[in-house]
Amino acid sequence: MKSLGSFRRKFAPWTDPQATPFISIENVTKIFGNFTAVDDLSLTIYNREFFALLGASGCGKSTLLRMLAGFEEPTSGRILIDGQDMKGIPPYRRPVNMMFQSYALFPHMTVEANIAFGLKQDGMPKGDIETRVAEMLKLVKLEQFAKRKPHQLSGGQRQRVALARCVAKRPKVLLLDEPLGALDKKLREETQFELMDLQYELGLTFVVVTHDQEEAMTMADRIAIMDKGKVMQVATPAEVYEAPNSKFVADFIGNVNMFEGTATAIDDGKIDIDTGADDLVIRTDASRSCTIGQKVNFAIRPEKIRLSRKPPADKSVNAAQGELYDIAYFGDMTVFHVKLASGRIIKAASLNAVRTVEDPLGYDDVVWVSFDTDAGIVLTA
Amino acid sequence: MQKLIASISSRLVILVPYAWLLVFFLIPFIIVFKISLSEVAMAIPPYAPAIDLAGGWEAVKQAFGQFSWDNYVWLTEDPLYYKAYLSSLLIAAVSTILTLIVGYPIAYGMARAPATIRPTLLMLVILPFWTSFLIRVYAWIGILKPEGLLNQFLLWANVIDTPLNILNTNTAVFIGIVYSYLPFLVLPIYSSLEKMDYSLVEAAEDLGCPPISAFWKITFPLSLPGVIAGCFLVFIPAVGEFVIPDLLGGSSTLMIGKTLWSEFFNNRDWPVSSAVAVVLLLLLVVPIVLFQRSEAKAQGER
Repeated sequence: MKSLGSFRRKFAPWTDPQATPFISIENVTKIFGNFTAVDDLSLTIYNREFFALLGASGCGKSTLLRMLAGFEEPTSGRILIDGQDMKGIPPYRRPVNMMFQSYALFPHMTVEANIAFGLKQDGMPKGDIETRVAEMLKLVKLEQFAKRKPHQLSGGQRQRVALARCVAKRPKVLLLDEPLGALDKKLREETQFELMDLQYELGLTFVVVTHDQEEAMTMADRIAIMDKGKVMQVATPAEVYEAPNSKFVADFIGNVNMFEGTATAIDDGKIDIDTGADDLVIRTDASRSCTIGQKVNFAIRPEKIRLSRKPPADKSVNAAQGELYDIAYFGDMTVFHVKLASGRIIKAASLNAVRTVEDPLGYDDVVWVSFDTDAGIVLTA
Repeated sequence: MQKLIASISSRLVILVPYAWLLVFFLIPFIIVFKISLSEVAMAIPPYAPAIDLAGGWEAVKQAFGQFSWDNYVWLTEDPLYYKAYLSSLLIAAVSTILTLIVGYPIAYGMARAPATIRPTLLMLVILPFWTSFLIRVYAWIGILKPEGLLNQFLLWANVIDTPLNILNTNTAVFIGIVYSYLPFLVLPIYSSLEKMDYSLVEAAEDLGCPPISAFWKITFPLSLPGVIAGCFLVFIPAVGEFVIPDLLGGSSTLMIGKTLWSEFFNNRDWPVSSAVAVVLLLLLVVPIVLFQRSEAKAQGER
């Protein structure tokens, strides 16, 4: 059997124009009263993909998930799963199963009965149900809890039962609504990897709704970033982080320094952006095409900015002088806030790769911030 | 000193409900029980022996010597009584089931209604309590009598051609009990359904369960504590019901409340009617204890 790693390294059906999507969401709109929860949204999700819908609460991600499960009907547009139009198909006849944010475990049934519930609905023979339930309990490592009721389990155990219950039916697609939302941080991190392994081993398609970007970045093959019922960008975690397509996405994911400016010169694959203060004209790779005089944003992640006491020797890099205004120490890394002459704050993160530093940077030190021409990205949207 | 006052006053707070129970439940019960051990007499009060505290210890001792279980023996000898008890239990049981059939859908509808109109619906269920119970039962006479509203309507609608004879039958008693006790059943069921997480039903549907089957597998079992509480709240008072069978029931309607009333007022036999009351109480202790246990169990599972 191929390992998860080698599978994932080569897994990119969205780059293949020949690949048929497993789930097609075509121009779907959902309106509640006078509130548009999902606005003319189109997405394609591929077989065996781990797909994340990421956004703040109220962005429409849960409504979209509920439409896939069949609890809500789209106001317009259509949803195809495995080539079949889902219009009018009730939840109990869809090839999908959902894991609820509250887990929705049946409180009057044992763990075993909860897992067997969906199988009984399918009219599976009794012996087969027992085998499958035992298999599921083993998969989520809850063999000794089979006879317990949900209220006798810890949060993490309940989450596993919920997971076992919805994978027991071997659905084509598993929908997960904030699957790790109720777990504490440590457990959440462990469970992320378990979910990924499970998804790979069972060969399922996962659609996960989350508001936690770390969770989405860790687990998903691709992330759809949603805002106000629309998809802002669909891309792999690395693309979303390193090549956001808009100011919204750059701001939403991770930490970022955003410079507003005007493109003043375009030559040789480079763009000069005049930021209008601190004598700072940023010279950057022309990652997005623009015209001279156009208002653009330049986004650069804090860890791509270097700090030094002396001006950088290489005059071709972008550099500005400022003083250290704030220092946030996180253990693994430190984020320095540098105040430039104009009052603008630049965040620079540095990894604490060694335990002790001679002459560490301190408050009010005068420092230079510098970055290469390929360190940031031009945003025109 | 202040500590002492505080501890006394905190004990007083606990004492109040006990004192209440002692004065208004235990002492009246002991008096009734004492009368049930006496025998009927042409006197005021109409039974003997009457304990005369003025006679001192000797008189009390003498009175105790005259107590007997004769009245209880009498209850077992005359089939009227056990028939009345049985018939009361039966009428109460049937009424409870009918109330459940009518009340559950009402409670379900209320719990699934939009949250904004739920308080209004709740108000409507409680609203009948604002008029006298007696007047509401009288109103049913006007509806059910041969020339009453119901028959007039059915005749007008050509559903029947001779008036239905409902008043003064057990049917009228069932209607009266269902109507009067409906809120006691609707409210506990509503409260257990309203607490229920609706995503459980969605989860059942998601796992392949059609809505009707999801109701019986998820919703109904989870509302059982409410159903049990509601049924006991209807059954227990219905067994001893007097007003409804007296006003709506006929001469063939045998209920222990009516028997007790006629022993007391028609026969002026206080001792036998007291014995009837004591036995009724003992009969009801069984369902009350069952009710308490199911409540305690429901509390424990929460």
